[in-house]
Amino acid sequence: MSKEETKGQKKADILQGTLDLMVLKTLDALGPLHGYGIARRIEQISDSVLQLNEGTVYTALLRLEQQGWIKSEWGASENNRRARFYSISPSGRKQLARETQEWERMAGVIGRLLQVRR
Amino acid sequence: MGRLRTIAAKLRHVFAGPLRERDFDEEARAHIALLAERFTRQGMTPEAARNEARRQFGNATCLKETRHEMQTFAWIERLWQDLRHGARLLRMNPVFSAVAIASLALGIGANTAIFQLLDTVRLRTLPVRNPHELAQIKIVGGNKGMGVNNQYGDLTRPMWEELRQRQQAFSGIFAWGVNGDSVGSGSQLENVNGFYVTGNLFQVLGVPAWRGRLVIPEDEHACPATTAVVSYAYWQTRMGGRELDPNTKLLIDGQLMQVTGVTPPTFLGLVVGDRFDIVLPFCEPKELARNVFDVTVMGRLRPGVSLPGATAELAALSPGIMAATEITGYNADTVARYRRLRLAAYAAGAGVSSLREEYNSSLWLLLGVTGLVLLIACANLANLILARASAREREFGVRLALGASRGRLLGQLFAESALLAAAGAGAGIGIAQLVSRALVWSISTESNTVLLPMAVDWRVLAFAAAITTLTCLVFGAIPALRAAGLQPLSALRSGGRGMTASRERFSLQRSLVVTQIAVSLVLLVGALLFVRSFHNLMTFNPGMREEGVTAAFIGFQQSNIPRGRYLQFEQQLVDEVHAVPGVLSAATTTNPPLVGGSWTHGIRIGTAQGAWTKFTWVGPEYFSTMGIPVVRGRGLSPSDTTDSARVAVVNETFVRQYTGGANPIGMAMQTGQEPGYPSTVYTIVGVIPDSKYACLRCGTPPMTFAPASQFPALHPWTAILIHSNLPPEVIASRVKRRLAEKHPEMAAQLNSFQAMIRDGLVRDRLMATLSGLFGLLAALLAMAGLYGVVSYMAARRRNEIGIRIALGAGRSQVIGMVMREAAWMVAAGVVAGTVLALLAGRAAETLLFDLKPYDVPTLAAAGGLLTGIAVLASFLPARRASRLDPMQALRCD
Repeated sequence: MSKEETKGQKKADILQGTLDLMVLKTLDALGPLHGYGIARRIEQISDSVLQLNEGTVYTALLRLEQQGWIKSEWGASENNRRARFYSISPSGRKQLARETQEWERMAGVIGRLLQVRR
Repeated sequence: MGRLRTIAAKLRHVFAGPLRERDFDEEARAHIALLAERFTRQGMTPEAARNEARRQFGNATCLKETRHEMQTFAWIERLWQDLRHGARLLRMNPVFSAVAIASLALGIGANTAIFQLLDTVRLRTLPVRNPHELAQIKIVGGNKGMGVNNQYGDLTRPMWEELRQRQQAFSGIFAWGVNGDSVGSGSQLENVNGFYVTGNLFQVLGVPAWRGRLVIPEDEHACPATTAVVSYAYWQTRMGGRELDPNTKLLIDGQLMQVTGVTPPTFLGLVVGDRFDIVLPFCEPKELARNVFDVTVMGRLRPGVSLPGATAELAALSPGIMAATEITGYNADTVARYRRLRLAAYAAGAGVSSLREEYNSSLWLLLGVTGLVLLIACANLANLILARASAREREFGVRLALGASRGRLLGQLFAESALLAAAGAGAGIGIAQLVSRALVWSISTESNTVLLPMAVDWRVLAFAAAITTLTCLVFGAIPALRAAGLQPLSALRSGGRGMTASRERFSLQRSLVVTQIAVSLVLLVGALLFVRSFHNLMTFNPGMREEGVTAAFIGFQQSNIPRGRYLQFEQQLVDEVHAVPGVLSAATTTNPPLVGGSWTHGIRIGTAQGAWTKFTWVGPEYFSTMGIPVVRGRGLSPSDTTDSARVAVVNETFVRQYTGGANPIGMAMQTGQEPGYPSTVYTIVGVIPDSKYACLRCGTPPMTFAPASQFPALHPWTAILIHSNLPPEVIASRVKRRLAEKHPEMAAQLNSFQAMIRDGLVRDRLMATLSGLFGLLAALLAMAGLYGVVSYMAARRRNEIGIRIALGAGRSQVIGMVMREAAWMVAAGVVAGTVLALLAGRAAETLLFDLKPYDVPTLAAAGGLLTGIAVLASFLPARRASRLDPMQALRCD
């Protein structure tokens, strides 16, 4: 069910736990955004490769908010709809830095591992 | 850190929750609308765009559930659900619930009650300041019957005086004693329990006055004492709780004393289980008796001094103290023994108690017994739940197949067990209150009312709670673990369809039933042993008349009789008693038998070394009153007077031990000198058969009876034993009335001799009643377990049995088949139980009378009884199985 062929390209599932990081990074880079905007940004950056049930963005947002890494408030969206805007908090920035570092370290290890020949 | 934040967020959510969820609905709607707009712009029809938008957003219901889980304490909700579901199930199975809760309540209730009593008698500390600092000073190994001994008397007054002056280890040291006293005079006379204390006792203990002032050191002056303090209970019941003033006085033992204060209601004295009515200060007589051990000495240890430290100091002081207080008027041997006595300190924070010594082993044994009953109750519950869980396999299969996690199923079963345990514990605490009241009531006797403060305290509650939790875990875990191991598909498929249930499935149930039968056999054997032991005691022939004898205890201190006329006065009393219609015979005695008193003299006879004998001075009609025959020589007669030759009648044990069985008539024995008892030569004139002396359980010592007229240590009190064919109450009231008419100032108490002996058997009665009850309870529980398991196994084999019947098996064959299953469980249980009973029997050995713990008839009876009920318990389900309609059994499914 989660697999679906579009444009002859295979979509990838989001790696467990990485959605939170993506959301955090998006808010850090673009400033306050609503859920729809975050989903569009992830879609744009990933070039539609990632398979995303967009509702799960809100679960990630809730999780981040519970940890105090983001804040939220109501505002008006571009077409004057009421929308909830999320923004990163100072402790969220610190968490993002930590996670980024951790991710790069991990990616480096895996990258080296895959490059080794014989 | 993160976890804490989550919890904080969840807590915030409790208040702002519903609002936030409406927010999410709005966000989701807006999100989907925006997506749909976008797809429309890309050229989709509005309908297709909306559908695509919804697909891309994902399952909103699922999301909301996840959010709910994230934002609430879902486990509490689940627990509540489980509990409600469990309660519903219990209500739906009233019989199961009733049996389960009742067996738990009985097990827990009995345990709590026994523990409560044990706690009060054994563990609870005194209601005084820092009780753990208190120590009691005793003679190491006791004084071995030297001198005259009073209840709770460890040391003599002179010893106490020396100790008080010499000791350094205690910051405060005090002494006390107990005595029976009287308040009022004549027919208004009332017997009270007196508590004699040194002036500093209340101050060292840290007990404040409830009213007025308690005893102070200034009250300790030359005899007689002139002030007294009363207990709260006495003040309330006898003095109407009126405020004290300088004119509040009581006539105590004929002496008018001013009541200066009331002790607080929580202070019940230093003797656990005994009450005191009045407190009197020690007074200083002209001369302190050196041979009367009538005081208990206690002290508060100095900071930094330990019990061994205090004992070391006391050991060093002992030789000096003994030398300074040496008993006089005894032979050199006794004096030398006295000089070797050593003192030591013992912990006394829980007070002193004869109850403790007397009931200690019994109570621990009973606690063990109730523990076993609780074990059986738990096994029963485990079995019930196992059987039910197996019957619910299909339900569990369905739930697993629908996606319930195994943890969830386990939680469900645990919740059910917890509900049962909680209900059982609640009912058990109620039962415990009733049982412990009944226990205290049952160890109280007419003459000795036991007062124990039996309030539920946190320790008892903690104890009950611990038992309950353990029970819950034990019986909840087994079926829960087994149910969690189920394969959903196989459970669904085989639901009640098994041809013959596999053996392993039942192995746990079987072993539970075998355990139950084994343990209940142990308890039954114990119960039968105690019941038979009690029966032995009740029917035991002590070698004298028990029935139709009344004892009169008379004190004539207030009658102003000069010492020289005591004997004549006692004779006058006996004559007056004799004149009462219905009295057949009457005799005075210095020591009524079988009620605990004892008097010993060292004697010299022939060549026997270290000879001694019990000594009783009795009136001439004593032997006929007590129905004791004289087997050789003559009894005592009125012609044995104060002036005639000193004569004595001895028992057969005396003859065996000291004359080697030779005819003792005419032989002389000489008593050793003691204060008030000059060395005297008695000529033996008669022999009586052996009879019991101080108590039924005690062995028969060498005994000597001498004429009351030749008693050297006359005192203004006596006991008269009266034989009559009339009921004891009738003769007692007649004698009492006659004595009151003639001597209104005299104190007289009359008791049935048999009732007095039975009062001494309270412990045995308690053990017989309780162990009997528990044994029966255990057997019933085990049988309920057996019945349940056999019915369950028969039910599981319905199909097989149906086929057998269809193929022509007779009813008796089916019954035999089912019962064979039960038979080997019972057999295994009985064999294991017998072995256990033999091992456990040793613990009860000292409590049994005239019975060995490996008593074959008892074992056989218990085994037979158990087998009998077991047959019944398994026959009922077997017969039901044999009446199965084969067609129905095969068709239904």
